[in-house]
Amino acid sequence: MSNLTYEESKSVALRIILLLGAITVVEVIIALLGKGYLVSGFYLPHWLVAGTMIILSFVKAYYIVLEFMHMKYEVPGLVKSVLLPTLLLVWAIIAFMYEGNTWGNKRSLIQNKNKEAIEQVTPSTPVAE
Amino acid sequence: MATDSMVHQHDNNSDALWEGGQEPFKASYGKLMMWYFLLSDAFTFAGFLIAYGALRFSMPTWPVPDFVFSTLPGGFHHKPLIFVTIMTFVLLFSSYTMVRAVQEGHHENKRGVVFWMFLTVLGGAAFLGCQAWEWNTLIAGEHMTVTVNPFGTHTEFGTYLEGDGRDIKAGDNFKPGDSYLIHKDNGEWKNLAYKVTEGENAGMTKNLEFGPKAFGALFFFITGFHGFHVLSGVIFLLIIMLNVATGLYHNRGNKYEMVEKIGLYWHFVDLVWVFVFLLFYLL
Repeated sequence: MSNLTYEESKSVALRIILLLGAITVVEVIIALLGKGYLVSGFYLPHWLVAGTMIILSFVKAYYIVLEFMHMKYEVPGLVKSVLLPTLLLVWAIIAFMYEGNTWGNKRSLIQNKNKEAIEQVTPSTPVAE
Repeated sequence: MATDSMVHQHDNNSDALWEGGQEPFKASYGKLMMWYFLLSDAFTFAGFLIAYGALRFSMPTWPVPDFVFSTLPGGFHHKPLIFVTIMTFVLLFSSYTMVRAVQEGHHENKRGVVFWMFLTVLGGAAFLGCQAWEWNTLIAGEHMTVTVNPFGTHTEFGTYLEGDGRDIKAGDNFKPGDSYLIHKDNGEWKNLAYKVTEGENAGMTKNLEFGPKAFGALFFFITGFHGFHVLSGVIFLLIIMLNVATGLYHNRGNKYEMVEKIGLYWHFVDLVWVFVFLLFYLL
């Protein structure tokens, strides 16, 4: 366990929860502001809003795991054995987003091909008559 | 003789290792296993959320969260994100009360542990209540199911030819990216007719189509799986709270370690919600 005193750890917990609350409020404000709900006619670029959300969510995850779950005060071996395996997810995310994108491309390709077939058949019908 | 004594010596060494004198990673068995359980659970949730991401990426349109989740209890509509922000705060607050319960446990303050754990249980129950209300709105009010998703997004410019008696009136214009909800009246879907006004299909009359099917299944399955974690967390919190009250953990003399272990689980549920909140409601 930590070598903080009872009073110190109480104030740390309060600071962290206030920080997490503040980050959540900031996230919601950026989401609403970026999509034009707060100031009419004012928008932020989508990549900026999405990027900020993702970064802020990881900041929240960092504080929950390291402070609330006391990961910061565990021995290095425990920290590594729990946190390093999650790095496998980095590849999973990259691979499946790429995969999803390919599904989307294939779907629109099929739709376009179907449209082409219809266009070829339609003008030839009067000729056959 | 020689082998005998070697075996004996070996036994002595292993006694030192296995009799509980040395804990791997200076953490008790229970706490270590809770960490590895949470690691595996993180992979389960990551699998679901990555599936959500891949399916969302593969669709030309996706329901806009600010439109889907914009109802508040008390008949408020068009208030994007407010209700789910309240839910997030409820869960964050219960995480804080859990930290306090663990700290009181280290301080050997039985009454304090019970008090803060009770607040945590209330927070978890309040979160579940909010989720029940949200699901009820989606299922009973908006008729979303695992296979039917009435939330769609326009891809063309157009004008409605008929109204739904609610938000949409005949003659209303819309642009690509605008959201719509197909209502169900007396058991019949109202796929409103509209006229395309711009682009290659200009002049064509079409009917509103349902949104990506996967949305309903992903939403109910992932938030349901998370909600089930919250529910089982609340049940375990209650059991452990009662055990604290009867003095069971005080007698064990290990600084209320059981409270610490359920605390790890409870913070993990909060951690997962951070990412569910991100993917379903913010992006």
